[in-house]
Amino acid sequence: MAQQAMGSRYQGRIHLLQKELMGQYFQELTQAAENGGPPAAYMLISGNPVELVRAFGMLPVYPEVNALQLAVKKESLPYILLAEQMGYSVDNCAYVKADIGLFFNGLRAPFATFPKPTLILCNYVGCNVYLNWFEHLAEYTGATIFPLDIPFIRDPAQGPSEEDVAYVVGQLEELIAVCERLTGRPLDWERLKEVVRLSQQTGQLWAEIKHLTKNKPCPLDAYFDAVTLMGPLYCLRGTEEGLAFFEEAYREVEERVRHNIGPIPEERFRIVVEGPPPWPYLRTFRDLFARWGAVAVASTYSTVGGMWEFGFAHDPEKPLESIAMHMLYWNLTNRSLLLRYQQIRRYIEEWEADALVIHSVKSCRLFSAGQGDMREYFTKELGVPTLLLESDLEDPRYFSEAQMRNRIDAFFESLEHRKIRGHPVEAAVQHSNFSPGEGEAR
Amino acid sequence: MRAGVETAEEIVARCREVVEDLSFQTVREWKAQHPKARVVGCYPVYSPVELIHAAGILPVGIFGGGNQIEIAHADARFQSFVCSIVKSTLELGLTGRLDFLDGILFHSICDPARNLASVFQRNFPSLHVDYIHFPQNLASPLAEVYLTQEYRRVLRGLEKIGGQPVTEEALVQAISTMNRWRSLVRELYTLRALQPHLLPAAELYPVIRAGTVLPVQEHIRLLEIFLEGVRRREGKPKDRIRVLVEGSFCEQPPIDLIACLEEAGCYVLDDDFLLGWRWFLEDVPIDGDPVQALARAYIHRSVYSPTKHDLRRRKSDHLLEKVRTLGADAVVVLIPKFCEPALFDYPLYRRALEEARVPHLFVEYEEKMWIFDRVRTEVETFVESLLFD
Repeated sequence: MAQQAMGSRYQGRIHLLQKELMGQYFQELTQAAENGGPPAAYMLISGNPVELVRAFGMLPVYPEVNALQLAVKKESLPYILLAEQMGYSVDNCAYVKADIGLFFNGLRAPFATFPKPTLILCNYVGCNVYLNWFEHLAEYTGATIFPLDIPFIRDPAQGPSEEDVAYVVGQLEELIAVCERLTGRPLDWERLKEVVRLSQQTGQLWAEIKHLTKNKPCPLDAYFDAVTLMGPLYCLRGTEEGLAFFEEAYREVEERVRHNIGPIPEERFRIVVEGPPPWPYLRTFRDLFARWGAVAVASTYSTVGGMWEFGFAHDPEKPLESIAMHMLYWNLTNRSLLLRYQQIRRYIEEWEADALVIHSVKSCRLFSAGQGDMREYFTKELGVPTLLLESDLEDPRYFSEAQMRNRIDAFFESLEHRKIRGHPVEAAVQHSNFSPGEGEAR
Repeated sequence: MRAGVETAEEIVARCREVVEDLSFQTVREWKAQHPKARVVGCYPVYSPVELIHAAGILPVGIFGGGNQIEIAHADARFQSFVCSIVKSTLELGLTGRLDFLDGILFHSICDPARNLASVFQRNFPSLHVDYIHFPQNLASPLAEVYLTQEYRRVLRGLEKIGGQPVTEEALVQAISTMNRWRSLVRELYTLRALQPHLLPAAELYPVIRAGTVLPVQEHIRLLEIFLEGVRRREGKPKDRIRVLVEGSFCEQPPIDLIACLEEAGCYVLDDDFLLGWRWFLEDVPIDGDPVQALARAYIHRSVYSPTKHDLRRRKSDHLLEKVRTLGADAVVVLIPKFCEPALFDYPLYRRALEEARVPHLFVEYEEKMWIFDRVRTEVETFVESLLFD
């Protein structure tokens, strides 16, 4: 076969810049842990109200990011095992276990030490495991916990109701009172608007980058390179540095579009990837696709923290309402599986993809439970070639490289035949009559 | 089902037949006798069945296929690491066993159940599928306002199926009926906690579960007869340990597994089987706005549950209180494989139980189990260690 015997590597400045910024962020956390610093607010990634936390001058800490950093650095297993010794099940989310292990290791990771939380802000957005996770952290640390309840999107056609928005705004007001008590100072509304404005601009640049991946060749891998951009998007959203990073990133990606540069020498397959990556084997996993000239043009995982590419923007004039809408509607995790089908379908059509790759992870059942039905829908109803792979996002014990390679090779081989025989994907898409819900409601 | 002539033993046998019949023959017959009537399924854990009753609809508990079904289609939709009840419920649907349903309610209990609602929507487009988001910020006064609105939304969907607007009177009537049903169930649980040798869990469970299938008035009469029958029983307790069973609030253990626990030397003082159907610790008040009353009762009068993250009090404190109040010797943590909420509570329970020096046994099961030798040995060993310590 004609696959290239090479790994793909994005050759650009933004990865280096990202490393530097994230390094600084972890240094800031370590500094706060060791020498004291601003009060730390623990939060979850999915649609979070970091703007409010920043406006209070609190330091956002994301246990998910810490857990995934452990996995990327191939350090997660001892932490997972520590939690399992305490009674956590092999079948529970390994992000949680790694983080609990980290806590009982004195909050010390090889790359940073984390400050104890002053506030545990359970911005529960879709994922039921988050509730358990932060409930446990609250019990172990004794810190103040605020469970910010976000009603799930029950009506895909309508989006959140006015009552839902009012409910979340009301809770944000309660949260403000909690933060005022914990920090000993009143909310500076001008500062909040400023932070929200920074988020707005950052989100817009991120959205534009995501639309640039419609180009052929695709300028960056919207899965493997997008995860690099997600670090600053979450950890530094609402800051000047975060915005400057995205200005730089946009410039770079746009420049690559102008010069027809992609992440691999020859783009042969455009894929959409669904599901979180196998962090402990990220490089290996990426290379298995790169050798086939497969580039992700869009991914669902990159919309966990927010879905800016379909029209969302924070609004400095309506800070609480727009934070509420971000949490309720404009992120992947608070949406139903059927809305996700619709999102993927848009990617396949508008980003002109050849195939769908589903990476099914055991840890995150929010993502994975029912992905067999998703495959059924895309292959049988839409005629989209679909590959379903299984491993995990944190636990290295679930990744089998040989098995992965066999399945990926077999899939792209057949995709290649299909291309040669000339079966365009689009034809099948147009014949489907199933439409899960209407378009974007707001 | 003809009630009124049976002994308690006959009632148990008939109830077991009803709950193990995966073709839901009793519901189908009822529907044939009431051609205009509608049926709405309730996936565990808790459904506000009062709203369904008030809409003139029969609520039916849908608890998967137990060990009476072979999964032939659903495992292509849900992976190996997803719990059994999600798959066996879908299997019931894909094999036409749920075709008597006009609607089904799912709730925010866990991620697989949430995604199952979507899969139902896509695979059964003519079915009314609704998803209730229960509030998790129970300390906030906003939760009650939210849940009241959520119930009104659910009610609008039920009115469409039922074909008639729901009156306040019907709601009050439904609450009052369910209060009566739950008070009988509570009475049976109290009796069992005091004299577990007179009412084995393997009998109590099918009798109550039949109430998730039969029309409520019929089941109330049956419970009354059963209660009387049990009260007339006599017998002396054997040398067994007195345990609480915790962790089976959603996927249900096979009845023979419950019997196995008891035969291996346990008296079950309390359990969390069918927890959602026994959700309230006391009657739901019937003065004022009934929808609001139901919402308020959810927040202030309901049981603790792994799917309700009530941070006002630790779940392990509730468990320890129950151990002390009932005078239990030990806790059997009986958890269905892959059940995330239950598995997540376990380390916290374990910590608290160890601190309080309450012995416990962790047992994992799957609803589809039908051989219990391993569990029996584990339980027997545990019981012996306590009896002969």
